[in-house]
Amino acid sequence: MPKIIKKESLSELVYRYRIDAPRIAKMRKAGQFVIVRATTDGERIPLTIANANAAEGWIELIFQVAGKSTKILSILMVGNEIIDLAGPLGRPTHIERFGRCLCIGGGVGVAPLYPITHALKAAGNEITTIIGARSSNLLLLEHEMKELSDRFIVCTDDGSRGVKGFAADSVKTLLAEGEKFDFSVIIGPAMMMRVTAGITVAAGIKTTVSLNPIMIDGTGMCGGCRVTVGGETRFACVDGPEFDAAKIDWDGMIKRLNGYRSFERTSLEKHNCIVTGRPA
Amino acid sequence: MTQNSPKPAQSSRTPMREQNPAVRAHNFDEVPLGYTETEAQTEARRCLQCRKPLCVGGCPVNVQIPEFVNLIVRGKYVDAARKIKETNALPAICGRVCPQETQCEERCILGKKGDAVAIGNLERFAADWEMSHGEFAMPALRPKNGAKVGVVGSGPAGLTAAGELIKQGFDVTVFEAFHEAGGVLVYGIPEFRLPKEIVKKEIGYLLKLGVVLERNFIVGRTATVDGLLGEEGYAAIFIGAGAGLPAFMRVAGEDSIGVYSANEYLTRSNLMKAYKEDADTPIIRGKHVVTVGGGNVAMDSARTALRLGAETSTIVYRRTEAEMPARSAEVHHAKQEGIVFDLLTNPVAVLADNNGFVTGIRCIRMKLGAPDESGRKRPVPVAGSEFDIPCDVVIVAIGNSPNPLIRETTPDIAVTKHGTIVANEADGRTSKKFVYAGGDIVTGAATVILAMGAGKNAARSIGEDLAKK
Ligand SMILES: Cc1cc2nc3c(=O)[nH]c(=O)nc-3n(C[C@H](O)[C@H](O)[C@H](O)COP(=O)(O)OP(=O)(O)OC[C@H]3O[C@@H](n4cnc5c(N)ncnc54)[C@H](O)[C@@H]3O)c2cc1C
Ligand SMILES: Cc1cc2nc3c(=O)[nH]c(=O)nc-3n(C[C@H](O)[C@H](O)[C@H](O)COP(=O)(O)OP(=O)(O)OC[C@H]3O[C@@H](n4cnc5c(N)ncnc54)[C@H](O)[C@@H]3O)c2cc1C
Ligand code: SF4
Ligand code: SF4
Ligand code: FES
Repeated sequence: MPKIIKKESLSELVYRYRIDAPRIAKMRKAGQFVIVRATTDGERIPLTIANANAAEGWIELIFQVAGKSTKILSILMVGNEIIDLAGPLGRPTHIERFGRCLCIGGGVGVAPLYPITHALKAAGNEITTIIGARSSNLLLLEHEMKELSDRFIVCTDDGSRGVKGFAADSVKTLLAEGEKFDFSVIIGPAMMMRVTAGITVAAGIKTTVSLNPIMIDGTGMCGGCRVTVGGETRFACVDGPEFDAAKIDWDGMIKRLNGYRSFERTSLEKHNCIVTGRPA
Repeated sequence: MTQNSPKPAQSSRTPMREQNPAVRAHNFDEVPLGYTETEAQTEARRCLQCRKPLCVGGCPVNVQIPEFVNLIVRGKYVDAARKIKETNALPAICGRVCPQETQCEERCILGKKGDAVAIGNLERFAADWEMSHGEFAMPALRPKNGAKVGVVGSGPAGLTAAGELIKQGFDVTVFEAFHEAGGVLVYGIPEFRLPKEIVKKEIGYLLKLGVVLERNFIVGRTATVDGLLGEEGYAAIFIGAGAGLPAFMRVAGEDSIGVYSANEYLTRSNLMKAYKEDADTPIIRGKHVVTVGGGNVAMDSARTALRLGAETSTIVYRRTEAEMPARSAEVHHAKQEGIVFDLLTNPVAVLADNNGFVTGIRCIRMKLGAPDESGRKRPVPVAGSEFDIPCDVVIVAIGNSPNPLIRETTPDIAVTKHGTIVANEADGRTSKKFVYAGGDIVTGAATVILAMGAGKNAARSIGEDLAKK
């Protein structure tokens, strides 16, 4: 079984695990994810492969504690095994030499953005990066993203670091300064992707977003991850998770994402009593 | 029947005891309870032991029916099970889920005038007896021949192929995408129809024979077919990847919250144990559930909904009961449990509230028109007959098509326009050398026993082809 070989805490609720998984490390490409199950009878959750090393046979996952399954995952230690790890899943990102690329990450979305930015850079693109979070203590991979970028902007909702405001505001500023981009990739919470992509698409920039609908199997079997793209039903786990932002039915996507909210609260509340002895 | 008749046989079939419908509609325990020894004896004695048994021709894998039934009559139950296993590796499963009324039992000579022999029930009896009383018997394994064969998918097709290949002396590895083996047998068919313990035992048996199971391994992604054949040294690959991609109705409102594909609904309940109170994977427990479709999958979904606490569970199907593809036993059980059948009815839209939660389904009445290419009468809508059924969960059970992963990552394998892999029925050979396929990935959604037959045929030709290599 795949073993955790390194564990780091990146911010209060965000962890980076390095996991021994030689097959996945060898096959994975930027934009792909794995399905993880941390306990018997546990949920299958999708997490992006944030980094990998084929020669050393490991992959890295960066995840934020959001509910019960990520909470349980977060209490595993170096040397523990992950009972189920399957992948790499999803279609790899289409990487080419576009020219000038605008890479935008919000919150934990910076984790999946990192390998894509890395691949875009390696393909000879010029990279402008914007990373954002609610507050400075929630910013992820600042150092790593900066290293990949020709131009680097940090923003926080509360102004505790970098520019005060949303990533979308920084995009507007860049465009107002007359900056031109050939390609943009945006990853973050659904609402943030919708708003930010609205601006880049309106500016005529070809924009890709990585959707994060609720998934069960991750292999194209359940249809739970379905999204309407260009009027057609697509399954994010096998046809995506990346899609052309201009064609997504955001209303439907966001509606379905909220469908289980009340259930997940209950699941975490029950669980917190077990793990921490106090209600969530 | 006179006292001194040489063969005291009752004329009607011995019924199998079942859980009371009112009770079972609220639990996940198995519905039919199995024969007692006496009941099995009574039923087995009805068989005429025909010289030219027509029943055998109705079974896709030609189970030696009179022989095994005779072993039951003689009280040799374990031998009866092993007799069946000569041609059918999974009798405890087939005895429960085969559509016997269109296969073996349809051809039984007794069926011409009265009730056919309950072949499926007897098959189940023998297999269950062996599981609870029999010693583990190692079948004859040929000496290891040093060649490795990979099997993609652990559904009935893959499991059968693996069992046959290991007996031939190959090293066999089964690659399964999920965290649990069994395919539809574990994630689709519910516990109350096929206890998972039985599937586990059958898989355990294969593991004891030396089959290696690699779970969480998605062929096409974790390794490609070419990678397995090339650098990983597999001499041949059998693809039994099933037809798992759910179809949707393409009507307005279908992405509302509370609309599930049957696969998602059944997977949440069966595989992810959502029926347990403390499961991590949630399921919306609708009060009023509507299932669209008329096959086994629809019956399983509608009956699962009842067991998850629905007050009403309704099947909406666009043709009549005569055209329903479900096993007749399932339709019968569903009716007993109180499932409502809205036949000659077709959905036109899913209705939802402002937050996107399902509130109902709009349907239109249908009537049967002229026959289509398949010879079935085509249902046509009756203009102006729309009506609404209030509900909070809609389950779509209108079919599945093959998953695109293998064909997208194995460019030189021939597929049909429906996405199924092209393979010969008799030997499982595909257009790609040393790659074989069978089961739902070739035929589209079909049956357990046909998938097993295909796995077996392919295993035989793999043996032949590799011997020539
Ligand atoms: C392709 C893909 C890649 C992903 N990559 C990452 C990653 O690299 N790092 C990471 O931290 N997370 C990632 N996610 C999101 C992650 O899968 C969810 O946070 C996780 O499933 C939540 O599980 P949980 O049981 O801990 O929380 P739950 O109790 O299931 O949910 C807690 C809260 O999160 C919301 N939520 C649930 N599922 C999702 C989801 N899929 N996306 C967004 N919100 C959700 C719920 O509505 C709820 O409000 C990814 C999702 C997808 C589909
Ligand atoms: C709800 C339901 C009820 C049914 N009821 C009946 C019944 O009563 N009687 C009957 O005869 N038939 C029934 N059927 C149909 C029957 O189950 C199928 O015809 C049969 O299971 C097909 O077997 P298979 O081996 O081809 O595929 P499956 O059983 O679908 O197994 C395929 C396996 O391959 C795995 N897989 C797929 N792609 C990959 C990959 N790339 N890499 C690794 N693994 C992969 C899947 O995860 C799965 O485990 C029912 C089906 C359903 C869904
Ligand atoms: S395998 Fe199925 S069709 Fe064949 S004899 Fe058994 S129940 Fe009948
Ligand atoms: S056809 Fe019927 S009666 Fe004849 S051998 Fe088969 S099961 Fe027995
Ligand atoms: S997660 Fe089930 S089809 Fe995508």
